Amino acid sequence: MSEAALQVSGLQKSFGKNHVLRGIDVTLAPGSVTVLMGANGAGKSTLVKVICGHHAADAGQMTLAGKPFDPADAADAISHGVVTVHQSIDDGVIPALDVANNLMLDRLVERGHGLFVRERHLRAEASKVAAEMGITVNMRARVTDLSVADRQMIAIARAMARAPKVLILDEPTSSLSATEADRLFDLIDRLRAQGVAILYISHRMSDIRRIADRIVVMRDGAISGVFDEEPLDFEAAVTAMLGHRMNEVDIQQQQGTTPVLELTDLHIRENAAPITLTARDGEVVALVGLLGSGKSALADILFGIARPLGGSMRINGNGYTPRSVEDAVAQGVFMSPKDRGTNAVVPAFDIADNMTLPFLGGFSLGSFLSKRQQRRRADAMVDQVGIVCQSVSDGIGTLSGGNQQKVMIARWLLEPAQVLLLDEPFQGVDIGARRDIGRHIRATAEGRATLVFLAEIDEALEIADRIIVMNEGALAAEHINDNIDLTALVADITGPSAQGTGQSL
Amino acid sequence: MNDKILNFSVRYGFLILLVGLVVYFSLAAPGFFGPLSAAFVLQSVAITGILALGVTCTLVVDGFDLSIGAVATSALMLSAYSMVILEHSAIVAVMLCLGMGALVGLINGLLIVKFRVPDLLATLGMMFLLIGVQRIPTQGNSIATGMTLPGGTVAEGTFSAAFLWLGRHRFDVVIERLLPMPVVIFVVIAVVIWLFLGFTRHGRLMYAIGSNARAASLVGTPVNRYKIAAYMISGVTASIGGILLAARLGRGDIASGNNLLLDSVAAALIGFAVLGAARPNAFGTAIGALFVGILLQGMTMMNAPYYTQDFVKGAVLVAALVFTFYLSSRRTGAGH
Repeated sequence: MSEAALQVSGLQKSFGKNHVLRGIDVTLAPGSVTVLMGANGAGKSTLVKVICGHHAADAGQMTLAGKPFDPADAADAISHGVVTVHQSIDDGVIPALDVANNLMLDRLVERGHGLFVRERHLRAEASKVAAEMGITVNMRARVTDLSVADRQMIAIARAMARAPKVLILDEPTSSLSATEADRLFDLIDRLRAQGVAILYISHRMSDIRRIADRIVVMRDGAISGVFDEEPLDFEAAVTAMLGHRMNEVDIQQQQGTTPVLELTDLHIRENAAPITLTARDGEVVALVGLLGSGKSALADILFGIARPLGGSMRINGNGYTPRSVEDAVAQGVFMSPKDRGTNAVVPAFDIADNMTLPFLGGFSLGSFLSKRQQRRRADAMVDQVGIVCQSVSDGIGTLSGGNQQKVMIARWLLEPAQVLLLDEPFQGVDIGARRDIGRHIRATAEGRATLVFLAEIDEALEIADRIIVMNEGALAAEHINDNIDLTALVADITGPSAQGTGQSL
Repeated sequence: MNDKILNFSVRYGFLILLVGLVVYFSLAAPGFFGPLSAAFVLQSVAITGILALGVTCTLVVDGFDLSIGAVATSALMLSAYSMVILEHSAIVAVMLCLGMGALVGLINGLLIVKFRVPDLLATLGMMFLLIGVQRIPTQGNSIATGMTLPGGTVAEGTFSAAFLWLGRHRFDVVIERLLPMPVVIFVVIAVVIWLFLGFTRHGRLMYAIGSNARAASLVGTPVNRYKIAAYMISGVTASIGGILLAARLGRGDIASGNNLLLDSVAAALIGFAVLGAARPNAFGTAIGALFVGILLQGMTMMNAPYYTQDFVKGAVLVAALVFTFYLSSRRTGAGH
């Protein structure tokens, strides 16, 4: 084997008491694609952030082509030829500028560039770069006006322009359709042939099958499996990713009692089959699917943010047509949204105010808030859910991600719900907090129907009584969470898009 | 230890500075420390203070109202027009002005919420519009009893005594005829807005909107209605300021009220620094207005020339902003 492009050994990283990386050893060979798999919270993104200079490691070494590599920051890593395309695309592009300017941005930053921008020259250069990448968008179009997929391609094209030795792609296909993904794979093939070492993070089986030379699996901050013998053993990799955790989590599978939420022929998207679904009192239903599978669209409809194209919804036998979020909350449908940073946390508020925000009316006497009542309920919730904090009057920003998420969920447990919707409740949450949240959701499930929207299978296995797979805006399959057939479940989730039917947002 | 000092100075620095100023002026300028001088300071800050309290409400929802100065001068002209030319009673004039303020706030709010015009631009546009509108009925002239109207007739109406009472009445406190009516109204409005923003659920939701509007809407807060309400509060308080100004002057003076906007915005921004709040708040706004008033009164009594006033206000504002944003960012940074 040729000399490693990047060698990572004994890498450790902790955030406070949370030991995220517990001694990672990874080797990236030039001219090969290493796929990194791992469930949420396994430490994948932390590993990437250490390699690309975002975080400093606590212990361990990295060597780049035999020389010690210890990037001071992201710019330093890039100058050494380690380039990362992050998952959130908008970090990689400047929305207000046109395509040509985005592609040539690094050129503009160079000192010798001169004062004036030569637009025509710039566009010609940019067209050349785009043609190499197979990008066919108008060079004058503003990036804001492009589709997510085109933006993603441009972000990757910008990374290419830096001639990387090591390229890290963090879930690059999560917002691409099958044809667009094919373009990306062609590009990866070309880079592989040029001898670039590629670290590709994904858990889409179709991607992994298409491009992986090796698979490295992470679980709970450690490497749990390395697969590099032809043919690659994909099933073993999935098992290594999920580990034995399913056996550890003991789900007393509940059938549920009376139907609470009934969806009949609910049409959430053009050209998608209508959804018929019943969620019963006391059961936890997980809706699992990839990005763009329609999970968020369904959650938005149930919470009154969007309207269905057709069909009907009933709660406890009564028609339910929420006109707004306010209306949905008033009818006992609560939702903890995904991306708590943008959608849930009020950074200026303390824990008690954040937690009681939806139900301030209940804590006030003729509009005047009772700080004492707010604190009493928040204190009780802190004990119940196991939130680690000094006092409920501390700012929400003083909490770790997992504890912030607990506060956001506790928010909706203050009052009894008819239907509780949890959209990606384990996003950015460590394993410990995730267990706490799951346990508490299950313990309080009686008296309501609970729907959990998830992208990760193992999270669904931890929390749900029933797992429903969504694909292309429709229901694809249903599994009872009891000796579940994992291979079939994985195939249901990733299957159809692997056939190249295309997946649009 | 260092953190403690930093915390203490962020929290109380501004109040200590205020007390220090009062002590200094009391020693250096004979006559500064006394009820008459205090009443004068309060009188001078009452109207800008009222406007500043309104703009505080828009700052709380992460908005901004640049039209307050123009709303105040429009109310000034409207009340004069109503009483002097249309010969309305004081009640009608006051109601017209309050209604006008509420309407302007509503339009501002709708422009921002429904038509998605950025707040600064919407209220800037409204400011220009109002400055123009208030000049049209009188062809750019000030309004006073006895003026000749465009048609050749003479304006017969007068400012009624009840209206002038609003601006000129003085209550007997400590000494006779000391406390002016506008000061009492300022204090009442300050207390009401302080209670509203700080202690009611509506105020709390408005702060939530200002901090993360999306999160607020996803817990069921009618974000748009609260935003519109904030601009309406701002419009109404600005029109109250204009009414009081008219009642004090006793004529519809086209040139008065030029400084209202900048002074009141400055007071609201200085308020960020009071008690280390680092966010808009009614108590801070009132203290901010008072701070500027005391500083100017003290300087005047020490014979500082009038043209240094704006410079001093600017310096105080910049210092307060550094206080707020730099020191409190250090403080939160130290917490991690």
